[in-house]
Amino acid sequence: MLKIFQQHRRDAIVIPGRGGRHWVKISTRPDLDAPLGDPAMGGHASFALGLALARPERKVIVFDSEGDLLMNLGILATVAEQKPANLYHFMLDNECYATTGGQPVPNCGNIAYDAIARGCGYPRASAYSDLESLSKDLGGILHQPGPAFVALKVFPEIENAPLGKRPRWMTRTRVQVLGELREALGIAK
Amino acid sequence: MDDAYAAPPSPNILLEQLLKNGVTDVVWLPDSETNKLFLLLKAEPSLRLIGVSREGPACSLAAGLYTGGRTPVVLIQNTGLMECGDSLRGWVLGLNIPVVFIVGYRGWKRHGVTQDTAAIYTEPFLNAFGIQYYLVESDADAAHITVAFEESKNKKKPVAVLVAGE
Repeated sequence: MLKIFQQHRRDAIVIPGRGGRHWVKISTRPDLDAPLGDPAMGGHASFALGLALARPERKVIVFDSEGDLLMNLGILATVAEQKPANLYHFMLDNECYATTGGQPVPNCGNIAYDAIARGCGYPRASAYSDLESLSKDLGGILHQPGPAFVALKVFPEIENAPLGKRPRWMTRTRVQVLGELREALGIAK
Repeated sequence: MDDAYAAPPSPNILLEQLLKNGVTDVVWLPDSETNKLFLLLKAEPSLRLIGVSREGPACSLAAGLYTGGRTPVVLIQNTGLMECGDSLRGWVLGLNIPVVFIVGYRGWKRHGVTQDTAAIYTEPFLNAFGIQYYLVESDADAAHITVAFEESKNKKKPVAVLVAGE
């Protein structure tokens, strides 16, 4: 799925969220990526909103997750109020907390996240459960002004190993990531 | 007692300090201690107000704004400061984000005796996170706000300004 995004990202800032370990392997603009892993759960969308408001000339794409968003549903109202035309909010829904062993999120499988986003005031919100349809529509989604919300059903990649025994995928520290992104955006370190 | 020390900090002086320190965005959630300041901020055309519905997201939002080159300030109450503990850890301290938190100090009493647990836990909370803070209890303390901004910028850390009003 991320490979499809790669074809459309151009010079957008990408916040890959929990997909960071896959995104860093295929990204062609790592200087414009913010692979931060999980600084604290629930914050990816608001971080993306901050960046989008700060850099209105550049598209900002965030890969949120349903577990993160459920911790911070109110951000949908804040995004809708601020109306960042450059923010594209993709939410990957695997219906569980995959990184803690695959326990279900509350009411998994029965939540219409796109309806919640629309109800909060996002002008465009949609949901996809197959790659083919997403692939067909993605160019159009990113071509139209935001804020746009897209819920994507994905298969979970369950992790059970203790945190300290999981393979490390981050090649830069979080502070380095932000420093290099600021540099790429022409902001003094 | 000098009258200047008897009156709580005036919202105009607080706004003046924010503008003096180049603030561009105010990430806020209402509180009773800083409500009058909010009304002034809303009327100030050079500032963007970004309302959140919970304080934790204010931390990551401020981190995004700073990364994009803005100078945000977070305006919340001490109750909300405690709510945002994990976000403060991960999105602000963990990313070296220089941001000043203007915190309404609910329950604060000049002579230190309070029954309000929001006030009782505020300074121990900040100390636990290693966050420097400055008390602003009257206009005479307004310069502490500039000190907070300078310290935050120089050390790339969050610094809190506790706005007290009995």
